[in-house]
Amino acid sequence: MANINSNFLGIKSPNPFWLASAPPTDKKYNVLRAFEAGWGGVVWKTLGSQVKNVSSRYSAVDYGGQRVMGFNNIELISDRPLEINLKEIAECVKLFPDRAMIVSLMADNDKNSWHELIKKVEDTGAHGFELNFGCPHGMTERGMGAAVGQDPDIACMVVEWVMEKATIPVITKLTPNVHSVVPTGRSVVKAGTNALSLINTIQSVTGVDLDTLVPNPYVAGKSVFGGYCGPAVKPIALKMLTTIAQDELTKKVPISGIGGIETWKDAVEFMLLGASNVQVCTAAMKHGFRIVEDMIEGLNNWMDEKSFATLDDFIGKSVPTITHWEELDINYHHIAKINQDKCIHCGLCFIACEDTSHQSIKLEYGKPYNKYTIIDEECVGCNLCKLVCPVDDCITMEEHRVAPEYLNWVEFQKRGLPLNDH
Amino acid sequence: MNGFNVLKRSKFLQSKKNPFFIRPTRFIRVQKNIMSISNNRLSKEQYAENFSDIHPPFETHNAALVEANRCLFCYDAPCIKSCPTGINVPKFIKQIVSDNIKGSAHTIFLSNIMGAGCSKVCPVEKLCEGSCVFNLMDEPPIPIAKLQRYSTEKAMQQKWQLFERKKSVSKKVAVVGAGPAGLSCAHVLSREGIDVTIYEKESKGGGLMTYGIAAYKVTPEFCEDEVNYILSLGGIEIKYNQELGKNISLADLKKKYDAVFLGIGVGLARQLDIPGEELEGVEDAIQFIYNLRSKGFPAIPVGDKVAVIGMGMTAIDAATQAKRLGAKEVTMLYRRTQEEMPCTQHELDIAMLDGCKIIWLAAPKELKGVNNKVNEIICTVMKLGEPDASGRRSPVETGETFSLAVDMVIKAAGQMPFEQLIIDNGIMDNKGKIIINDSATNIKGVFAGGDAVNGGKEVVDAVQAGKDGAAAILEFLQNK
Repeated sequence: MANINSNFLGIKSPNPFWLASAPPTDKKYNVLRAFEAGWGGVVWKTLGSQVKNVSSRYSAVDYGGQRVMGFNNIELISDRPLEINLKEIAECVKLFPDRAMIVSLMADNDKNSWHELIKKVEDTGAHGFELNFGCPHGMTERGMGAAVGQDPDIACMVVEWVMEKATIPVITKLTPNVHSVVPTGRSVVKAGTNALSLINTIQSVTGVDLDTLVPNPYVAGKSVFGGYCGPAVKPIALKMLTTIAQDELTKKVPISGIGGIETWKDAVEFMLLGASNVQVCTAAMKHGFRIVEDMIEGLNNWMDEKSFATLDDFIGKSVPTITHWEELDINYHHIAKINQDKCIHCGLCFIACEDTSHQSIKLEYGKPYNKYTIIDEECVGCNLCKLVCPVDDCITMEEHRVAPEYLNWVEFQKRGLPLNDH
Repeated sequence: MNGFNVLKRSKFLQSKKNPFFIRPTRFIRVQKNIMSISNNRLSKEQYAENFSDIHPPFETHNAALVEANRCLFCYDAPCIKSCPTGINVPKFIKQIVSDNIKGSAHTIFLSNIMGAGCSKVCPVEKLCEGSCVFNLMDEPPIPIAKLQRYSTEKAMQQKWQLFERKKSVSKKVAVVGAGPAGLSCAHVLSREGIDVTIYEKESKGGGLMTYGIAAYKVTPEFCEDEVNYILSLGGIEIKYNQELGKNISLADLKKKYDAVFLGIGVGLARQLDIPGEELEGVEDAIQFIYNLRSKGFPAIPVGDKVAVIGMGMTAIDAATQAKRLGAKEVTMLYRRTQEEMPCTQHELDIAMLDGCKIIWLAAPKELKGVNNKVNEIICTVMKLGEPDASGRRSPVETGETFSLAVDMVIKAAGQMPFEQLIIDNGIMDNKGKIIINDSATNIKGVFAGGDAVNGGKEVVDAVQAGKDGAAAILEFLQNK
């Protein structure tokens, strides 16, 4: 069995799976259930200025008959009295001393408010802070949440206030509602944050009700932009994570990865692209805390199969494989091949290629089954046919290098090589 | 309720293990007169259960969505090509997914105006569902018929008028026969602004859909609703109880109308031509099913021991329904083997689950009786010889015979076209089947399609023949 113990800034947990700051971590009852289920740690739902929540709060995007491909919320930070939260945090820490207890903070925009809050939370015995600079709704209208994270200077100032006071590790959570997460990331690393976490939710409208004509979620005939998360945002999160893992300055601090993680596979992908641990919310909100069981077992099995003894053996391993487009090898070429024994004649490869790509698939009419074959000379190796094929390994991409040596675009131009003629 | 449960249930009811078992009086009566033909064998509840829908619909929208979402939306889909009417199956299924049920129903009806009925009676296992690409992955095919039923039933229930009839073009067409071919032809013509009059010899429309198919597949009420839904387009009038050659003549129709479409079907049961065929208790399957569908289940007498001759769809419908009416023993006799049987495996399964016995390679030789009532069938044991014109190995007598005690024999050895009627009207035929060229008969302005031409195929084939006939008529009228 591999060792999946996690050590994030000295904060230890039996596995790298934390619950993100959100409704599942807003009170003792949920957090104890999460710890009993096996979660390695939690980030307690954001504490800070007094708020009141509305109903409804969530909406979702369904796809292909599956519920909640994407999820959005308009819930604000914790609306419970601070004293109750602090008391419960302390109780949870005592009951589960081996689990990570991070507390998310979003104080009013003045130094004193932050200092007071930090002091009170540290007294609970929590192990670290996460600064919520990402919440994209409601709080931003008060100049908080994403409004802080979107301005590197303000973010820097707040982190400096926090670092003056905090005696336990500080993670700064970044908002994706920016053209790039790197400027704020760099700014807060300079200001002294001990770690980064990303992404927070993405501003969104999940849909419009075609009867009421009001977008979701519905609140008395109105709606607001909500924060989008769930499986749909994972690719965006992975990209943003990679930019932080590749930047010379931000890569110096550990990263907690967040955004659509539902399975051990998702978690491994985040860790391969530089996350030291991961945080989960939507998947737990959809299925309950029990999903962590398979996350633990799956991670363990995968590490054993790949002979990784500890998490550090693979964290960040894929980061260098994402390069600049100009450095890609133009001489690499592959061509689709359809395995006729596996083909079920659905024609999905054909119509995708014919209508929208390179007309590289030949159709021979049959009744009722047509035959589809690749026209090798026309295939540019785009993968589209393979992606739409419903049968595993029916369409494979076979390597046919143009030339043996590595050739990139810069060199290609230098040599004045010919462009495509079709 | 399927046949299997019916069987299990009846066995259980009769077993002493059943703590609630009370031997019903009718069983005592049956025990006394060992062989008899009688009606009213079951309770009202038992009839209802035995003849309830064999293919129940989706109960919820979600249930339909689960299956609809499985559809891959194939390009140039095999299911479309395997449907005689060419329904755009992937499109109508995706329209269920997109909550466009109206569009879904329109897609179906555009190709097949009897799409609702066909969703219940089509042998889909050899048509659309049989060619679904999921079969090639050893996965269950998309339940196309059930999804088709989902959309079309909703359209019928809501009375959605999905087609608009063009302004009348002051052309009149007579259609003979309100079966699938005639209705389909009439609907296409009316949409194009033609005024259509259908002459139907029965008192209800729908043809064999209404009179010739097992009641557990389509109820008489459904058939009536379907005809009414088709007629709701307007521009189509049906004159009932009007039989060609009796109340109306082709010559008259030709005079009164700009064109005539003959969708007269087939009707005469093929005779066995063996001694004893005239005995009491010997009946045509078509007549048996016709009575069952028009008179109500309790009115229909069945024997205790019934033999059904043949192994086509009609034979299955007759055998299973005889069993479901309370016959104690039903034996199906077929002169070839399972390999050559005309019915589908699915149909055979229904008969077997209903408890019908099957004897392969048995050809009826003679029927014997006492007091003019059939009580014995003597069969020749056959073996398979050389392939015949149909490509199937033909049955050859072995000389051996066997005998079965019966009190009822249902003949389902195929139906024959109305040969004499066709010849009398000067229509060119091939053994009674009307010969057509692009739906046109040898008589100018007279078109034909459906069973009368093909000798008896599926409802869906007749619907397509009606469409083809309408297209030919429209072209004819344009050039007239």
